[in-house]
Amino acid sequence: MEYFLQQLINGLTLGSIYGLIAIGYTMVYGIIGMINFAHGEIYMIGAFISLIAFLSLGLLGISFVPLQLVIVLLVAMFFTAVYGWTMERIAYRPLRGSTRLAPLISAIGMSIFLQNYVQLLQGARVKPLQPVVQGGIELMTNADNFSVQITYLQIFIIVLTVALMAAFSNVISRTPLGRAQRACEQDMTMASLLGVDVDRTISLTFVMGAALAAVAGMMVTMYYGVIDFYIGFLAGVKAFTAAVLGGVGSLPGAMLGGLLIGLIEAFWSGYFSVEYKDVSVFMILVLVLIFRPTGLLGKPEVEKV
Amino acid sequence: MSENAPLLEVEHLTMRFGGLVAIGDLSFTARRDEITAIIGPNGAGKTTVFNCLTGFYKPTSGRLTLHHPSGQRFLLERMDGFRIPRQAGVARTFQNIRLFAGMTVLENLVVAQHNTLQHASAFSIAGLLGLPRYRHAEAAAVERAGYWLDRVGLTAQADWPAGQLPYGDQRRLEIARAMCIEPTLLCLDEPAAGLNPTESGQLNQLLLAIRAEHKIGVLLIEHDMSVVMNVSDHIVVLDYGRKISDGAPEAVRNDPMVIRAYLGEEETDTLPPEVARDVGMSAAPPPSAEV
Amino acid sequence: MAVAATAERARIDFPAVLKDAVLAAVVAFVLAVPLVGLQTLDQGANALGIKTRFDWVAYGTIAVFLGRLAIGYLLAVRARPATAAGTSGGLNALAATVSQYSTAIGVVGVAFAVALPFLPFSSVYVLDVATKVMIYVMLGWGLNVVVGLAGLLDLGYVAFYAVGAYSFALFAQWFHLGFWQALPVSGILAATFGVVLGFPVLRLRGDYLAIVTLGFGEIIRIILINWSDVTGGPNGINGIPRPTLFGLSFLNPDNVAEDVPTFSGFFHIDFAVIQRYIFLYYIILILALITNAFTLRLRKLPIGRAWEALREDEIACRALGLNPRNIKLSAFAIGAMLGGFAGSFFATSQNFISPESFTFIESAIILAIVVLGGMGSQLGVVLAATVLVTLPEFGRELAQFRMLIFGMAMIAIMIWRPRGLLAHREPSLRLHGKSAARRKAAA
Repeated sequence: MEYFLQQLINGLTLGSIYGLIAIGYTMVYGIIGMINFAHGEIYMIGAFISLIAFLSLGLLGISFVPLQLVIVLLVAMFFTAVYGWTMERIAYRPLRGSTRLAPLISAIGMSIFLQNYVQLLQGARVKPLQPVVQGGIELMTNADNFSVQITYLQIFIIVLTVALMAAFSNVISRTPLGRAQRACEQDMTMASLLGVDVDRTISLTFVMGAALAAVAGMMVTMYYGVIDFYIGFLAGVKAFTAAVLGGVGSLPGAMLGGLLIGLIEAFWSGYFSVEYKDVSVFMILVLVLIFRPTGLLGKPEVEKV
Repeated sequence: MSENAPLLEVEHLTMRFGGLVAIGDLSFTARRDEITAIIGPNGAGKTTVFNCLTGFYKPTSGRLTLHHPSGQRFLLERMDGFRIPRQAGVARTFQNIRLFAGMTVLENLVVAQHNTLQHASAFSIAGLLGLPRYRHAEAAAVERAGYWLDRVGLTAQADWPAGQLPYGDQRRLEIARAMCIEPTLLCLDEPAAGLNPTESGQLNQLLLAIRAEHKIGVLLIEHDMSVVMNVSDHIVVLDYGRKISDGAPEAVRNDPMVIRAYLGEEETDTLPPEVARDVGMSAAPPPSAEV
Repeated sequence: MAVAATAERARIDFPAVLKDAVLAAVVAFVLAVPLVGLQTLDQGANALGIKTRFDWVAYGTIAVFLGRLAIGYLLAVRARPATAAGTSGGLNALAATVSQYSTAIGVVGVAFAVALPFLPFSSVYVLDVATKVMIYVMLGWGLNVVVGLAGLLDLGYVAFYAVGAYSFALFAQWFHLGFWQALPVSGILAATFGVVLGFPVLRLRGDYLAIVTLGFGEIIRIILINWSDVTGGPNGINGIPRPTLFGLSFLNPDNVAEDVPTFSGFFHIDFAVIQRYIFLYYIILILALITNAFTLRLRKLPIGRAWEALREDEIACRALGLNPRNIKLSAFAIGAMLGGFAGSFFATSQNFISPESFTFIESAIILAIVVLGGMGSQLGVVLAATVLVTLPEFGRELAQFRMLIFGMAMIAIMIWRPRGLLAHREPSLRLHGKSAARRKAAA
């Protein structure tokens, strides 16, 4: 029972991280109908920028942890958002009217480019980070002395995720930007005819997705304590699985999917095997796409002939 | 099988999308050797009927029976999409033209004969070895394609990419391609859309020739009345998914239900007298317009 | 005001171009500061330091500014945008000419390839590189069936490559099969995998198909790494038998037992290491040429046309009585089989395989070869594979930047020429004959 609870906590934490990345996938797919293959690399860049920010703050002598967290959060979100914006301008906007294959190839190219860009600039070895937030709360202990713990970092991750979710849901449903986004998702031509600045809306969608991915990157840097230039690939596929599981185009769906994937991964490695935990996630992707392609919270699409 | 035996029997066809009834309890019969037109205002459900007939939608309820000349009967509502053209011989064209744009005109017509050719190539082995059995089959397919190219006047453009043809030629190519599968029932979805009067005249000739020479049934969705009235033997009128008229062209054209569906009701029919007076309209309705 | 005046004068809007370049430079600066300007340094066990490289930031920003200025100027000077006719038209004409003379070019190319081992500059090194190129060419031609002809975006092609390689290695271990005996079996096994992996993706289109096939590729790789009992895990499989020429091995006669027949022994010539390399090179050359002939022939058969029709419009295919399921599965199966052959050859040429050779990056590289060279263009694949494999050989610097340039090239070519460099579709059937087409084009 205690072991189960621990896996549950771990799974929710991991799931929050996947959920934040998944939101980026689902928003972009919802608005321009393509998978941003390079979104995983944006997350990786967010992780690296967070790492560098933490190190720099250390060198500058700033050691008050809450201040560190706020500064790194803002710094990572800002720079990663600019990367996201640039990526859209260079690799996707010129291809907006073309065949479905061209943007995908371009995205793969961008993904390869960004991976190697970071690898060349920062080196190919894994990069460690000293723990920033330490300590936790012991929730319960069982007879075998196994104690269920929730660390302060885990609490921070989950709380921050909830806060961001609430903020973004608000943006989507209440603000003009959110309305413009939803309009573009429905019918881009009509939206532009009605005066919506489609280019700007799409850019902002990428920017928001990138900012959330940056937060996920910062969390992962602190949580696992080690990153490398390749983390974007695996996390990207898993987060995409989460988006599909939850229903592509649905924001709550992406978060739900992320949590489920995190839980599945945690339970699988806790109870079965660690080596094949990634396989379990891939299989989920295949099964969902075969049996329920619209996901849990998505709406079925009727193909117009 | 007698010449005017039913070819397609649609019985109580209903198609629902969630709460929306796209087609409600539609029944009609199309016969061999006849051109049957399905007309109606936009949104009446005409293309939905085609999609049910050709396996793109599974009807919510109803029966679609195709009486094949060989005597076999096919229940279209239960068949896999691609089996309907292959076994029952129902061919169709599309409202938005679906040609293989990157392939040539000739290749479009040869692809239509894929099943015959694939059989002759024996899982491609006979084809790979260049056996006569396959070579003869391919030559025959090219010949049939050539025949239809000639009928629609596209022989000179045979090696052009299909996407480069002018619009009217693309429509005719699509019909030729449908004929290359040797259908029993040809379903055309707005074949005259975007054609000028000369081109629609040519289309009429083509349809009449197909009916006369090839003895198949033609089912036609169309808005262009010059085509519908000139070639149809039988017209079915839909409005909001329901059949409101069914019969020979003359009868349908004068049917008040049809006139009302297309032109709407007279305004004064529904205004209370005092309001009509206020807005300056006489109580008596103006003379009705011609259809 | 100033804009209108300059527009009148020379139709070059200098302020706008300048503003554009400045904006680009500012963005480049922002992007560069965190990752370029600050570099993490390994400082011993689990510690990292930071080194500043702000000079690089400056260079980068200036470079972007100048580059953007140049591009902006060029774009403004041209009457039409660079993506329209102009350069693209030139390449279209080139592609069409190449296509017309493809037979001639092909003959010359094959002659060169056959003669390669005996040309003066040939050596073990050259043959090794040439062999690598040919493997990628064969993989490109194989993937071309799936992506180029059938239009199915397969991002997990490396899985079939791996199946071919590992199946041969294991057959050799368990059943003592030689290369030639195992080759057909590996091919069939790979084809079966192609069908098995194709089934779940039948109803998926475009992006979803891509991601799921990517997932399959990864699943195969993870299984290869973890199922150590069978696959040797991360250490791979060693001692894979080399191919023989009708039983003649290419070992040094001095190093083997008396009764083992060797090539140099049989023909009474001196042993030289290069003999083995020449043999391997010819094997892959023949395999590749057979692949080429096979796929070209299939294109003219109903199945090939059905693949292309499926790529153009699946709904129209269904409306003509074509069964999309069988068409897709046959594309996967044949593409997989060809990949499997390449994999078996790879295993025998290296004597050693490990999961490291079968990562997603390989799938991406093969896809890039097909897409960049020009989908459906056999010569384009050769060109792209040659450039890709030989580029890193021209220097360590280039080797490091290879993947970076690679990624940029993929983006650039998609923007500029989405169908690839040499894309030109030759019809599989003509009613009027090639000469008529040429006359029409010249007219």
